Amino acid sequence: MHNRKRMVMGAAVLATAALALTACSPPGGGGSTGGDDGSLTPVTLQLQWFAQAQFSGYYAAVDQGFYKDEGLDVTLKEGGADIVPQDALTSGEADYAISWVPKVLGSIEQGAHITNVAQIFERSATTQISFKDKNITSVEDFKGHTIGSWGYGNEWEIFAGLQKAGLTVDDITLVTQAFDMLGMLQGDIDAAQAMTYNEYAQVLESINPATGKLYQPDEINVVDYNKVGVGMLQDSIWADADRLANDPKYEETTVKFLKASIKGWVFAMNNPQKAADIVTAAGSTLGTSHQLWMANEVNKLIWPSTHGIGYIDEDAWNRTVQIALGTKNETGATIISKDPPADAHTNKYIQKALDELKAEGVDVMGASFQPITVTLKEGGK
Amino acid sequence: MTASTTPTMRVETVPHSGGKTRRFGSRRSARPGRAAAWRRAILGALGIVLVGVAWELYKLIGPEKGFAIGDLILLPRTNDMSMPHIATMFERLAEPLTGASNSIMMWQAVVDASAFSLYVAAVGWIVGVSVGLLLALIMQRFRTAQSAVLPWIILSQTVPLIAIAPLVRRWGAQIQFGDFVWENWMSVALIASYLAFFPVSIGALQGLNSPDTNHVELFRSFGVGWWKTLFRLRVPASIPYLIPALQLAAANAVIGTIVAEVSIGLKGGIGRMVIEFAGAAGGDPGKPWAPIFGAVAIGLIAAGAVGVLALLVRRYRRGETNA
Repeated sequence: MHNRKRMVMGAAVLATAALALTACSPPGGGGSTGGDDGSLTPVTLQLQWFAQAQFSGYYAAVDQGFYKDEGLDVTLKEGGADIVPQDALTSGEADYAISWVPKVLGSIEQGAHITNVAQIFERSATTQISFKDKNITSVEDFKGHTIGSWGYGNEWEIFAGLQKAGLTVDDITLVTQAFDMLGMLQGDIDAAQAMTYNEYAQVLESINPATGKLYQPDEINVVDYNKVGVGMLQDSIWADADRLANDPKYEETTVKFLKASIKGWVFAMNNPQKAADIVTAAGSTLGTSHQLWMANEVNKLIWPSTHGIGYIDEDAWNRTVQIALGTKNETGATIISKDPPADAHTNKYIQKALDELKAEGVDVMGASFQPITVTLKEGGK
Repeated sequence: MTASTTPTMRVETVPHSGGKTRRFGSRRSARPGRAAAWRRAILGALGIVLVGVAWELYKLIGPEKGFAIGDLILLPRTNDMSMPHIATMFERLAEPLTGASNSIMMWQAVVDASAFSLYVAAVGWIVGVSVGLLLALIMQRFRTAQSAVLPWIILSQTVPLIAIAPLVRRWGAQIQFGDFVWENWMSVALIASYLAFFPVSIGALQGLNSPDTNHVELFRSFGVGWWKTLFRLRVPASIPYLIPALQLAAANAVIGTIVAEVSIGLKGGIGRMVIEFAGAAGGDPGKPWAPIFGAVAIGLIAAGAVGVLALLVRRYRRGETNA
């Protein structure tokens, strides 16, 4: 009898614990910014990665109430290591997604029916950086060197650059790069792949053992893929093509969403420090100077804008598609084998959004944009 | 000693008056006294110190560039970026997280993230253990169920976690009834439970089947039903198998939680922190190590919690067997 009683007691304790645990939600976490206001249209945006100043425009638009002004209740969904934004979009998890054009082109060929409705970043942020003593100032100089690449669809500009320079992957030693820049700092990688807004700063936040001070920009050579002529379109806003075709309400929401997002980016252009602080307040754990650096560098990718922020430049789109069609990676594969469908991109909604914003007096060109000077501290603190 | 007593046979049965069955086993050691407890605590602390000493010693005398055969690095580099001093790691814990004026301290952030991950892992563990026990019971009761389910249970563990994590999140996003909304942390807990149920189902099944045939037949000869046999004979007999299984499940739940956090980018936990801090290795070498301490702490707490649970049922723990 005694045994049984104890066992029943134990089971009861366990069951109570289970109930108690499942009944309440865990401390902290969550990350949804949704409200309960029934009059607002709920919209979910799937980001490519964790909260960081790369997405400062969207965070600023939430923080400053620009989405609310348009009648939208926007939830920003952070990405993760295995989250593919375009998959989240096609599965209906999100209403819009941020992703790079070359990555999405592959998904579209595999059947994803989605549309680029705004090309937020006009320029590519991908570079190949190396210390001055390696003497790598152009893609031609890659020959015989160890070249870092992240893979996972981030590597195409490297291959396009090689192809343009008449080199093949056999002329270089391609190594997979980690999240950190230790490969370059420790000399395993001669020229490392680096985003201007992130990894480049990581190097500048590290101590140069030779000088005892932080690495300086004049100690680093930068190969900018925009200048090489193989820059591919990066962060753009993707929408569900089926819903655009069949749902006038979604089309309307798209224009509103673009308008408010652009206002967020204009805010970030004029207030990089505030934009960085907003992202940090949203839960980013990047160091303060690193965050500001990122906000400033991202602004440089957008402003000054040639046709107005978000407008898809046909030449840039075609160049990206051509590279996706014609560039072979180390296994001989290309991103796509045929031209993407006509509805893979459209300026219909961004044009409407830009027109309305111009009428409101919003500076969508940023012609007078001047980047600020950011002083990085050790470790980006 | 008779020839029939094999060395592995540690349990014998003495039927008491009233048909009550008790199990006796050889104790591995005498009840540990206070001195022994102290010795264990000191040895444990010494073990931790030794790891630290080994780290610093290797850093001191190990090759600066590491030891490599060809391109394969066999021993790590010893510079401050690859192997920061232990002091650096602890100093970093006492510094602010981001440098923003209202930033919390790093150790505080690590404690918060650990608590979050531990909570999610605990939910995953409880769900996983419940499912595992249920499966074991069904398999014990119905032989057909065992043949039908067991291969699937084993197969389930060969599916790579990173493949199912985004799927679970996607399916979860479509669940909504009434006020209940599936949240991302639940996806992570579910993935943790997916790893946790496996050792429990296997261990519990083995445990439930562990009573000797003559014991089972004794019960049958007295006309004892399945339920009573279960609670009086099979469950007590399964405890030595169950405790290690529960410990494995706890470890699996912690690992599952951390990996799934990385995979679907759940905010607030240790897994996400590991990835977020990884980039800082060059400029702030102490930073990526901070969440590692958190992960270690979670593992210790999870194992300790199961240890406390094991104390509650220690009278059944004679002749412990590894699952």
